[in-house]
Amino acid sequence: MRSRPWLLLLPGLLWLGAFFLLPLAIIAVVAVADRGAPVAWGFGWSAFGRLWDPLVVPVLWRSAWIAAAATLGCLAIGYPLSYFIVRRPKRSRRLWYFLVLIPLAANSLVLLYAWTTILRPAGLLENLAGRLGLLPEAGFGLLWSPPAIIIGLVYWYLPFMVYPVYASMERFDFRLLEAAADLGAGVRTSVVRVLWPQTLPGVVTGCLLVYMQTFCSFVVPDLLGGAKTLMVGNLIQQRFLSLPQDWPLGAALALAVVAALAVVVWISMRVQSRLEG
Amino acid sequence: MNAPAEDRLFGWKGRGLRLGLGVNAALVYGFLYLPVVVLMVFSFSGSRYATVWGGFSVQWYVRLLDNQVLLSALRTTLVLAVCATLLATVLGTMAAFGLRRLRGRLRGLLETWFFLPVLVPDLVLAIALLMFFVLVAQLQLGLGTLIIAHSVFCTAYVAAVVGARLKGFDDRLEEAALDLGATRWQVFTRIKLPLVWPGILGGALLSLALSLDEFVISFFVTGPGATTLPIEIYSMVKRGVTPEINALATLMLLASIVLATLSILIQSKNSS
Repeated sequence: MRSRPWLLLLPGLLWLGAFFLLPLAIIAVVAVADRGAPVAWGFGWSAFGRLWDPLVVPVLWRSAWIAAAATLGCLAIGYPLSYFIVRRPKRSRRLWYFLVLIPLAANSLVLLYAWTTILRPAGLLENLAGRLGLLPEAGFGLLWSPPAIIIGLVYWYLPFMVYPVYASMERFDFRLLEAAADLGAGVRTSVVRVLWPQTLPGVVTGCLLVYMQTFCSFVVPDLLGGAKTLMVGNLIQQRFLSLPQDWPLGAALALAVVAALAVVVWISMRVQSRLEG
Repeated sequence: MNAPAEDRLFGWKGRGLRLGLGVNAALVYGFLYLPVVVLMVFSFSGSRYATVWGGFSVQWYVRLLDNQVLLSALRTTLVLAVCATLLATVLGTMAAFGLRRLRGRLRGLLETWFFLPVLVPDLVLAIALLMFFVLVAQLQLGLGTLIIAHSVFCTAYVAAVVGARLKGFDDRLEEAALDLGATRWQVFTRIKLPLVWPGILGGALLSLALSLDEFVISFFVTGPGATTLPIEIYSMVKRGVTPEINALATLMLLASIVLATLSILIQSKNSS
């Protein structure tokens, strides 16, 4: 039986080949096809030309910075949270960790909907602030703005940060902190010079995961953002499903996203190998 | 553990650090569960407005039972999840067993390949499948294309979960059984399957939970007459707010939490 792994592997390989690899290849094919209903089979680079449209470039730029802000947000609250969980007694640690994962495992769409009821004008947040006398005349105007998108993204993708950071902290030898303290290091020095460098591989992985996911997220900006806060995911969705359709442009955008993310992955792998090497 | 290490090492500054960590943790857990609580509380509100409390009432749950559109979407979602999970469990489990038999570079390569559908952003997978179904396979978009699409990423998850379970399997057990005269089939059914079973079940439950919640890919490859519950929720949210969503969302949340909890418990039970 050891000699025949291919019999077991073949169905899966064929299935994913037909319904995963082939579809991915088609993105590249359609990106160089002509616009039609929905695609005309002629060869040309016009879709890539349309990438430089003044309507498209700001959207790419906005996606890049919103994703960066969301990644930093996840790191800022996820890193101390991971430390908190790792320092719990062994028995309860698993439960604390599990509690972070549950919202992700639960239906995210429904939870985003809950965020709209919290952030909307005259919603729960503004109600509460109004009662405390903290509400400005014009309201917060949070929903349909970039901050709302960032809140939603941090909410949705926090577990992707906590997962690798927590894993790297679990491997961290906390006796190193004791050694640092014995040698006279204060809290800040110990954390910045000892804990942080040792957990950096986990941080890099976490940032990578979150950035990749948030960059082309389409649901969060669709529900929490507005027409003025389109991200690249919205643009791709519109070119495919709304009129006027432009599948070649949508495919070219997807390729651009994948290429940009590949560069990010490459850089972080270089950083990663330098950290370990 | 006796006195917290931070206090012992850093004195009052260590206590400050722990206080900061505790406050951060409290805020983050509050942040994570605030929408959950809001949904659940307002699903029992008697008010027509989704953000105004109008006394305790279960009317939205009662109305839910009469909503034919939602019930049919629920049916589609369940059929889809079960079909995709069956497919994915068979393909993913076979793949995991097959991968285990490979050695060296090839194994690493194929392991990555089977995990790739998880790594590719869902939006990219969604448009790729849409173009494939419409332009190449020329399939009518609907339940069939939904099942195929879901089986792709579910297979990847099942293969990963079962593979992780197999990593703890001691190959010498198999060799010992063979030496003692067991047939290959007996080794598989009596030794391997009972040991790997939690992994398969955990993978299947995970696949079920993911399929039930999947929105982006479904949104692109669905067709007329095959509306899933997440797609219906999405259009309800887009159309305008009705408190019925709160009730529906609460029920779905509970279902997802139960499934996810079961999946994690089954996986962790025998591995620790």
